[in-house]
Amino acid sequence: MNTLDLGTLGLREVNRKLISLDPGANERDFRIENPMGGHAIACGLTLPLNVAIAGHVGFYCAGMNQQAEVTIHGHAGVGVGENMMSGTVLVKGNASQSAGATAHGGLLVIEGDASSRCGISMKGVDIVVGGSVGHMSAFMAQTGNLVICGDAGEALGDSIYEARLYVRGDIESLGADCVEKEMTPAHLDSLTELLQRAGNKTKLAEFRRYGSARTLYHFDIDHADAY
Amino acid sequence: MHTDDIPRTLPRHSATFDAYTTSEIRRAASTGIYEIRGAGAKRALPHFDDLLFLGASISRYPLEGYRERCGTEVTLGTRFASKPLQLKIPITIAGMSFGSLSGQAKEALGRGANAAGTSTTTGDGGMTPEEREHSRLLVYQYLPSRYGMNPDDLRKADAIEIVVGQGAKPGGGGMLLGQKINARVAKMRSLPEGIDQRSACRHPDWTGPDDLEIKILELREITNWEKPVFIKIGGSRPYYDTALAVKSGADVIVLDGMQGGTAATQNVFIEHVGQPTLACIRPAVQALQELDMHRKVQLVVSGGIRNGADVAKALALGADAVSVGTAALIAMGDNDPRFEDEYRALGTTAGAYDAWHEGRDPAGITTQIPELASRLDPVAAGRRLTNYLKVMTLEAQTIARACGKNHVHNLEPEDLCALTVEAAAMARVPLAGTSWVPGT
Amino acid sequence: MCGIVGLYLKNDALRPELGRLFRPMLEEMTSRGPDSAGVAIYRDPVAEGSTKYSLAHASVDHDWQALADDIASACAASARARPIDTHAVLISDADEVQVRARLAEHHPDVRLVGSGRSVEIFKETGLPKDVYSRFDLDSAEGSHMIGHTRMATESAVTTAGSHPFATGADLCLVHNGSLSNHNRLREELVRRGLSFQTENDSEVAAAYLTWKIRQGVSLTRALEDALDDLDGFFTFCVGTSEGFAVLRDPIACKHAVLAETDDWVAMATEYRAIATLPDAEQARIWEPRPSTVYSWGDTGLEVDAPAGAHGAALDNARSGTADNRQAVTRTPH
Repeated sequence: MNTLDLGTLGLREVNRKLISLDPGANERDFRIENPMGGHAIACGLTLPLNVAIAGHVGFYCAGMNQQAEVTIHGHAGVGVGENMMSGTVLVKGNASQSAGATAHGGLLVIEGDASSRCGISMKGVDIVVGGSVGHMSAFMAQTGNLVICGDAGEALGDSIYEARLYVRGDIESLGADCVEKEMTPAHLDSLTELLQRAGNKTKLAEFRRYGSARTLYHFDIDHADAY
Repeated sequence: MHTDDIPRTLPRHSATFDAYTTSEIRRAASTGIYEIRGAGAKRALPHFDDLLFLGASISRYPLEGYRERCGTEVTLGTRFASKPLQLKIPITIAGMSFGSLSGQAKEALGRGANAAGTSTTTGDGGMTPEEREHSRLLVYQYLPSRYGMNPDDLRKADAIEIVVGQGAKPGGGGMLLGQKINARVAKMRSLPEGIDQRSACRHPDWTGPDDLEIKILELREITNWEKPVFIKIGGSRPYYDTALAVKSGADVIVLDGMQGGTAATQNVFIEHVGQPTLACIRPAVQALQELDMHRKVQLVVSGGIRNGADVAKALALGADAVSVGTAALIAMGDNDPRFEDEYRALGTTAGAYDAWHEGRDPAGITTQIPELASRLDPVAAGRRLTNYLKVMTLEAQTIARACGKNHVHNLEPEDLCALTVEAAAMARVPLAGTSWVPGT
Repeated sequence: MCGIVGLYLKNDALRPELGRLFRPMLEEMTSRGPDSAGVAIYRDPVAEGSTKYSLAHASVDHDWQALADDIASACAASARARPIDTHAVLISDADEVQVRARLAEHHPDVRLVGSGRSVEIFKETGLPKDVYSRFDLDSAEGSHMIGHTRMATESAVTTAGSHPFATGADLCLVHNGSLSNHNRLREELVRRGLSFQTENDSEVAAAYLTWKIRQGVSLTRALEDALDDLDGFFTFCVGTSEGFAVLRDPIACKHAVLAETDDWVAMATEYRAIATLPDAEQARIWEPRPSTVYSWGDTGLEVDAPAGAHGAALDNARSGTADNRQAVTRTPH
């Protein structure tokens, strides 16, 4: 286990150490101490490392993550795991807004609540939230899965494309073109796998599925109000 | 009395309800959707043609052509990046996406820019391998949509251009009709094929220059602080926007006036939102000077740059470089009169064709249809682009030499006068024959 | 655009350390706001019948004694001034209307920055760390403080354009964001008798609250009305005599975070401003919901019923680990 003290090393040095590792090197496990709400911690990782961050982080932690497993033992600020490509980002506390924004792949797990715009413009990532999400979550969500074990704020899935939403709690309101959809056995299998990967034990039967009604795919003047 | 003997006044068209306007009303009434088109603002605006250079005289002495050097090189990104962009000419190729342009057109742009010693820029949709291969210097756009964005391409780029807005549609986004998203484009953008693409108008994970500063920190960390970070803004509040871009940490500011083109957006946006390029430059330069950042944070101006005179005038007003989009496409063959029959068949005419979102371009540039795209020979088109860039550079040098400058960057506002009151006010140079600068 | 911070000390034993604890909060927000900084500190309340005035002048050498003497004689009352750098705190038992009139007529080069019984407002151009030092705040004692670091958006970098903006007795506002209808609103407020020193959008928001409160509306209600009448992006922190209030606009793009321990309640634009406070890592941390007024009540920071019946239910039902529950906050004073 390699310990990196962000307080003494500074952000540049910590990130540089993690990004410039030799792919063949044996060291895989890192612990970052004294994050103190700092920004861009452990962003742009490219190797299958295990990085534990001991405390709360600021914006864009693990941004554009590839292959690494990053665990935040605390809360995360804006844009945790934004544009991540693969690997796993796990937030033990709550996440602020735009968690997993525009992310292409991998798994983002938030054990607490996520704030507004969770999964905004998601492009293939899987996100599992143990708590609730704020307004405008899954806004323009293109593809991927968002699982919400708690409640959702206003305008869930506004302008959604092909991403799939699984919600257990109450939804304040659905966004434009987002509707409840049938939960088929195939969807249940997918949800089972997502919950398993996230280590989440919520019962399947309590979820409903939401997705695109696809009425905004080709402009129709009668739907102009939705724009 | 015979009715033929009564004189009639001539039939009179309304200047307010002119032929174009009434045709648009009829179209709107028929379809129920706003008009969408490509290109930039088409109406007449105060522009560089309203400025003239004061050549050498008894008080100023010219440089001899060819023998007495007039430098054109420029470096973009000296503020923070460890690897700034070194350009041979102060003219870059503006961001245009693969998707809106054919693969052949993107390749031609790369070839043409390379031979001229300058850079190209990706557009909304991501970086293609062909683009990276053919452009020696490639600027990678970071847009609200984040289509195709990934860290590998970010690291392959030579610079990163964060797009806050563009001249054709500052504050724009919204819904775009009829974008032909074919299989390849769809895959790059993670969208289903063949559907209308809806674009976000704000970035998904930051709003405001204070948060942009943090986003820039993240991008620099991911790319090891090597790449210059550009911030592109549409011409709206250039004085404040420039100051804020500097405070957010930009290395380079790209300022795009309303004549700047787009692949497709609402016509009402293009023509009625944003300021003319000419009006944007002096406020932006003033902001840089007040922050003591002029020439330290470089300013690239775009939106209706057409010839070496425009280049020289933009530089004289304080820009470090200019960028061309529409002009580059025309150089490669867009709207060429030799396709007139096909333009007619499309309901338009050479020089007016702007329905690029329909993707049926006879010149093979703004299309994904293989039969049309193959009409553009990337090598020949690249050659044409290089020729055009070189002519612009030579023209700018000719003007600069005539003004006694050994580098185009030494052109200054005092080398100019204006033909109209509007141009004088916007460019903050005197009306010809007077010492009057309106508005100061 | 900017950084805003606020700190309320629940534990009286910490009150001598208010200034020392607050400095790193403000300094951490420097990158968000390098142009100017300001604070409002609540301390040393004056007796009933007296008023504290925060005054500022362009020069550090202004003769404040002469000003105090003038106020005393013109208003037939007592008045004393304590100068600090370009500012001074004037305490007088004169009638407030008289004092304001006298200042406006006979001391036009002096800016009235704020007034009340406990608030003192200091703000200047320059880096936050330098502004803080100029006003001797490291050794300041008090119950609570709010602060602001400024990155000017559409108005000039001047002292007058800095936050906090006073908005009534012991009331002041700091703002992160950018309003979009402040010019028309300013004109309307001018017609209703308010005056402005700058082109700043935040000053308009403060004046709006002033106008509302003058009409007898509570601060909470004034903030709720602001959701309808103000357009644009905003996170507000309003300093009050008891503590502070927080409001975010419905779109809520400008980040804000609240935190609480047994010893303090804090708010900030970014968590890293709070990270330096004692036991921050163990604090309860949550985000203020959009369109929801968080005001200071008998039991500390309280959230009023958010818009829509659903809101309260959601607040109460929020899940999460025990430490991170985002329930309605009822905090012991």
